[in-house]
Amino acid sequence: MTSTQYRVIGSRPVRHDGADKVTGKAIYTADTKLPGMLAGFVLRSPHAHAKIVSIDTSEAETTPGVHAVVTGKDFPNVENKMADLGEGSVNLAYLSSNCMAQQKVLYRGHAVAAVAATDVHIAEAAAKKIKVEYEVLDSVTWVLDAMKEDAPLLHADLVTDSMGDKAENPSNIPVHLHFEKGDAGKAFEEADVIVEREFKTATVHQGYIEPHAVVADYNEDGRLKIWTATQGSFTARQQTAEVLQIPLGNVLVTPCEIGGGFGGKITVYLEPTAAILSKKSGRPVRITMTRADVFEASGPTPGSFMRVKIGAKNDGTMIAGEAWLAYDAGAYPGGMIGPGCMCVFSCYDIEHAVVDGYDVCLNKPKTSAYRAPGATQVAFATEQLVDELAAKLGMCELEIRQKNAVKEGSRRVDGPVYPPIGLEECLQAVQNSDHWNTPLEGPNRGRGIAAGFWFGCGLKSSAACTVNSDGTINLLEGSTDIGGSRTSIAMQLAEVLGLEADDINPMVGDTDTAGYTDVTGGSRVTFATGMAAYEAGRDLQQQMKTLAADLWDCSADEITVGEDGSFTGGDKTVGFKELATELFQAGEHLVGRATVSPECPTNGFGAQIADIEVDPETGKVTVLRYTTIQDAGKAIHPSYVEGQLQGGTVQGIGWALNEEYFYKADDTMANASFLDYRMPTMLDVPMIDTIIVETGNPDHPYGVRGVGETPIVPPPAALANAIFNATNTRMTELPMSPPKLWKAMQSNQTSE
Amino acid sequence: MSASKKAHVTTTINGESTDFLCEPRHSLLEVLRDNLGLTGSKEGCNNGNCGACTVLLNGRPVDSCLVLGVEVEGAEIETVEGIACSSNLHPVQQCFLEGAALQCGICTPGFLVASKALLDKDPNASEETIRFDLSGNLCRCTGYDKIVRAVQAAGQQMSAEA
Repeated sequence: MTSTQYRVIGSRPVRHDGADKVTGKAIYTADTKLPGMLAGFVLRSPHAHAKIVSIDTSEAETTPGVHAVVTGKDFPNVENKMADLGEGSVNLAYLSSNCMAQQKVLYRGHAVAAVAATDVHIAEAAAKKIKVEYEVLDSVTWVLDAMKEDAPLLHADLVTDSMGDKAENPSNIPVHLHFEKGDAGKAFEEADVIVEREFKTATVHQGYIEPHAVVADYNEDGRLKIWTATQGSFTARQQTAEVLQIPLGNVLVTPCEIGGGFGGKITVYLEPTAAILSKKSGRPVRITMTRADVFEASGPTPGSFMRVKIGAKNDGTMIAGEAWLAYDAGAYPGGMIGPGCMCVFSCYDIEHAVVDGYDVCLNKPKTSAYRAPGATQVAFATEQLVDELAAKLGMCELEIRQKNAVKEGSRRVDGPVYPPIGLEECLQAVQNSDHWNTPLEGPNRGRGIAAGFWFGCGLKSSAACTVNSDGTINLLEGSTDIGGSRTSIAMQLAEVLGLEADDINPMVGDTDTAGYTDVTGGSRVTFATGMAAYEAGRDLQQQMKTLAADLWDCSADEITVGEDGSFTGGDKTVGFKELATELFQAGEHLVGRATVSPECPTNGFGAQIADIEVDPETGKVTVLRYTTIQDAGKAIHPSYVEGQLQGGTVQGIGWALNEEYFYKADDTMANASFLDYRMPTMLDVPMIDTIIVETGNPDHPYGVRGVGETPIVPPPAALANAIFNATNTRMTELPMSPPKLWKAMQSNQTSE
Repeated sequence: MSASKKAHVTTTINGESTDFLCEPRHSLLEVLRDNLGLTGSKEGCNNGNCGACTVLLNGRPVDSCLVLGVEVEGAEIETVEGIACSSNLHPVQQCFLEGAALQCGICTPGFLVASKALLDKDPNASEETIRFDLSGNLCRCTGYDKIVRAVQAAGQQMSAEA
């Protein structure tokens, strides 16, 4: 446990960008306006799967007000190669044809052409004059169907890579993963109790309120300026440059304020198209997706089919695990099956386990990361089986988790051995909580718990801090701020320098000004960019020691920096601001800088408790009380940690109880609007109580662990367990929406 | 297709008499954002489902994407840009900041406008009333907990100041 007393860390200052965001002054991409700017509109496929026979743009091009039209033929041929985007990698040929279809459309909403005009209505009307002749092909949107030998093939050249072995015949399965440790087969023979079930989960969307948007301005000198809603300006720059086949240095990406991302705003969708429209028209072009476009052509997270099996001894020790997982990749390879495989048994110390995972292409939009991508699905399966095991063994569901919880030294099925982690502490916090110790009474009510895990990554971050003449600091960093990260980063710099949070002016730089920084994702920003800010502060102190030595006529080694940031040399002690001012007056200009690339995951564990009531007439679930517990390592700004816990939990509740892509018979989406997709409103959820556990992360100067993603992992499982305890009905399919739950309750009654 | 003839509209926005020209098909949201540069009101869905574009029309919260520009002739409109009084934040803005009731901030303008409308008529609104009244505003980041608490805190401040 961390016991150090901090001045700034752990306090709750108002965020630096707060006033801008409550007065309407903050500039998001769609708020950007450039002189002569045109509006773009993207024409999209109405079919789930079709060959493009021809595209006739002539009528659109001659429409008054139209300045440019693009189709797939305006995109350069991109080599079939992988590009590392920090958190995950992408095949550039696929990325390009996802931005603009070439010979085929692979999902409804796939871009086929785009128009830039003086007004978005003119652009839309002109786009609708583009004549696209399609030859409609058979389509597939259910993962097990897509795996069949006779399934409609999305990519003629795609063969399965099974741990390095390439299959001979093409299929829709780009990747088969296999992990094992110990001898699962033998361990199952030795198990006293075995539980096994099949589960499925629907496709869901990240649901950020800001639609994707971009402004592109292609200069006559070849410089491309992009303003965009992205989680990572540097990866957006790389993707855009690669798709357009132009030098990286020719692209400047300015990340605007971003209206939510949750993993869905890493891949580029509109940037190359807007750039080509701008190049063709000689004018800046802005494109904003409609909400239907967002649902049909961006995100979503994989739907899945999972078969999971766990074996245990009579004393409750889990000894064997087996999982067979098939996840939607969407239209192109590269879904979330990897983390799915790694997370399926990540919370439990199971000695023998085997996991097979399949990434499966089908006629849905290409999946993208969504908050702990791939982990929520498997937790829905595993955490229910753990409850079933407990019931079979006559154990308490908390006790069985505590007995088998991973701890320092436990090895995950994919190999890594955990360093010090906090799952046991989180489960202890469940046991000590008021929620757990308050009995839930009343008919049709139930309580459920579940644990969750997400890796939390390090990756690359940079920070530079310029000292002003009054000793305040301008902090330049490159992490787009989606939820208050400017402040959590600035607080770490303030702490190390002995300043207040207000003394730091944090600024998110563009790709020309900030040092290379990976995406805002992977729960990494407060951890890694915070670490960069800390190191930049240390760099500054080192420089100041050297300079002060000259002023004070001593050696730098004789000067020490105190915990409060003051400098002591000989009989002299001065604060940071005082020394900074003195040095400035002496003609010194100070810039501290640091780049970091921590390789260690931060291992975020959590546990949640849900109380629900089921309406037996309708199958509707009401969440009565909810507690989210998580190990934050050390909470830099507790309010924003709580916010991550609460926000992730409510997204998880939506995933659990209601959200899904409905597909019509022709494999097109039936509910591409907020009204019909129906994310949780304020009226659908209670207050979300939070308990922040702080075990301290030895790999960070202040002990930070990433917190953003883990909270979305347990909710579907915790709610499913609660539903079982309320209704004696085991739900194996997400969402557990009223019609599905009602039906399951009916068939449960019939079978009883 | 040529654009329709533009209409001349006179209205009051955030207390100032304002004239604008707009096509009959332009929504009030488009007028505010594109014609008048008031980009505080956000477009999240353009069909009245998310509330990010909420403004007050004659004191009543409306989704400005569902109102036509030509409909606001003679009306009084209040947007997020008009909530603060010169350089002083309104209690609802202050409480959103102090209570960390925003993360990405895209839904915040709509929530502030809708919350202020609610608190102006009922500063002591219960949690249930707040949740019912603001259920037309979607937030995907916060899980709503801190928003509800910030609205409650602002109501208490407004009652105390009244």
